[in-house]
Amino acid sequence: MAHIIETKELTYAYPREEGEPLRYALDGVDLTIDAGSFVVVLGHNGSGKSTLAKHFNAVLLPMGGQVLVEGMDTADEDLLLEVRRRVGMVFQNPDNQIVANVVEEDVAFGPENMGVPSQEIQERVDSALRTVGMEAFALHAPHMLSGGQKQRVAIAGILAMEPKCIVLDEATAMLDPSGRREVLDTVSRLNREKGITIILITHHMDEAAYADRVLILNDGHIALDGTPREILSQEEKLRSFGLAAPHTVELLNLLKKDGWDVPLDAIGVTECADAICRALERG
Amino acid sequence: MLKDITLGQYFPGNSVVHRLDPRTKLLMVVAYIAALFLAKWFVSYAVMLAVLAACVSISRVPPKSLVRGLKPVLFIIAFTAVLNLFYTPGREIWRWWIFKITWEGMETAFFMMLRITMLIMGTFLLTYTTSPIRLTDGLESLLGPLKKVHVPVHELSMMMSIALRFIPTLIEETDKIMSAQKARGADFETGNLLQRAKAMIPLLVPLFISAFRRADELAVAMECRCYHGGEGRTKLHPLRYQRRDYVTLLLGAAVLGTVIALRNFGL
Repeated sequence: MAHIIETKELTYAYPREEGEPLRYALDGVDLTIDAGSFVVVLGHNGSGKSTLAKHFNAVLLPMGGQVLVEGMDTADEDLLLEVRRRVGMVFQNPDNQIVANVVEEDVAFGPENMGVPSQEIQERVDSALRTVGMEAFALHAPHMLSGGQKQRVAIAGILAMEPKCIVLDEATAMLDPSGRREVLDTVSRLNREKGITIILITHHMDEAAYADRVLILNDGHIALDGTPREILSQEEKLRSFGLAAPHTVELLNLLKKDGWDVPLDAIGVTECADAICRALERG
Repeated sequence: MLKDITLGQYFPGNSVVHRLDPRTKLLMVVAYIAALFLAKWFVSYAVMLAVLAACVSISRVPPKSLVRGLKPVLFIIAFTAVLNLFYTPGREIWRWWIFKITWEGMETAFFMMLRITMLIMGTFLLTYTTSPIRLTDGLESLLGPLKKVHVPVHELSMMMSIALRFIPTLIEETDKIMSAQKARGADFETGNLLQRAKAMIPLLVPLFISAFRRADELAVAMECRCYHGGEGRTKLHPLRYQRRDYVTLLLGAAVLGTVIALRNFGL
């Protein structure tokens, strides 16, 4: 499978006051992300996960190493727009990324900047809003929408640029559970149906279940990398990175300690319940 | 308290006036203001009043709301009228101490009142029938030629539309901060003017800080969506003159011509 994003020895440190020692937010990250995959990046606060995300579309430029988007170096200023039209980014606060005061106009903002002809912009806007299920709100004012709806509008705004990859930088952090569900369902559908690569930065462990690959970031390094099943079942290790395993895994671990014969990698709620039922039947 | 701040308020509608190109409407308002200042005597004012009445009735904007728009400027209207009443030289009809009223003064005062009232009603009709986005679009397009002399027209109009976009967001935030400060015992409602102004400080400081943070995040989000200034930018709804715009422009020119002609006859 082709790589959409590749980082080589990526290093970054935020500017510091003079005299203070440099603290690396990213310290030599080597990573390849396959086109069409759904990657969840987890890490506690200050682990560098947001910093990593901001390198994927050249919001931040590497201090050392390289980031390649479809082979294009993000540090090359001539390629900046090309990089950004391939990798779209959804941010945490929905209010601070909506530009226009009509939903439709906001979704059109990206294509307008790219110089897409008016007729085609309208088509893209309509189809993007349909994809995220917000077509009924095309003429509404964004500030009247709920958080989840605003984030879906923001996603539509990225979709209208027809990107290959969408990075969600803690885009679910400010939402209530139903808003989070709306956003996660939308992006996982985009991933399945349109083959758009999704990189979801989050600190909610349960969101990892949507992914086909999970990365755990710790102190600017990639600490763990694997399928959700492999990663989330390692309760002890997760705890050492300041993360809590999903409740299902915790429960299974406790049962195991009590001598029940249960698998430790049943991370889904139904899956976990089934495993426990089977264990109960066996006595 | 903050809910009744209405800036550039707009009454959605589907009348011809609503559907006119914003550039047409802007040009018409300029012509209308010019005509008002050229109008000399009753006949011209009657013509202008008829034009305004016709526009209002076509737009189906309730006249009441236009009158309501006059409230904040009542003082200015009264002030100008009084100034004109007392300070215009001419045939005296009444005098007390240093104050005197002249026929000419009465006339100018009356016309001045009429002029300002109609001026405000006309411009209000523009903002009532044009959405802020279309208004900024229209301004950007009309001022387009100024780009040649390096006036940042696109940037200005982008700033204006972002400002409009963030008014409701910031009002909401102000309400939130106010509640938070009240919960900690802040008092915004009692005391004299100075005390109340001082009480606003704990409201304004967090509001400003968060506004700057928002601006920063918005700028990054805009850049991520390929924003790189006005160059090579297209529009979802490009402005295009229709037949109704040409007709309106012609009618406007005719009214302006009439007023100029009437002025020559001293009417």
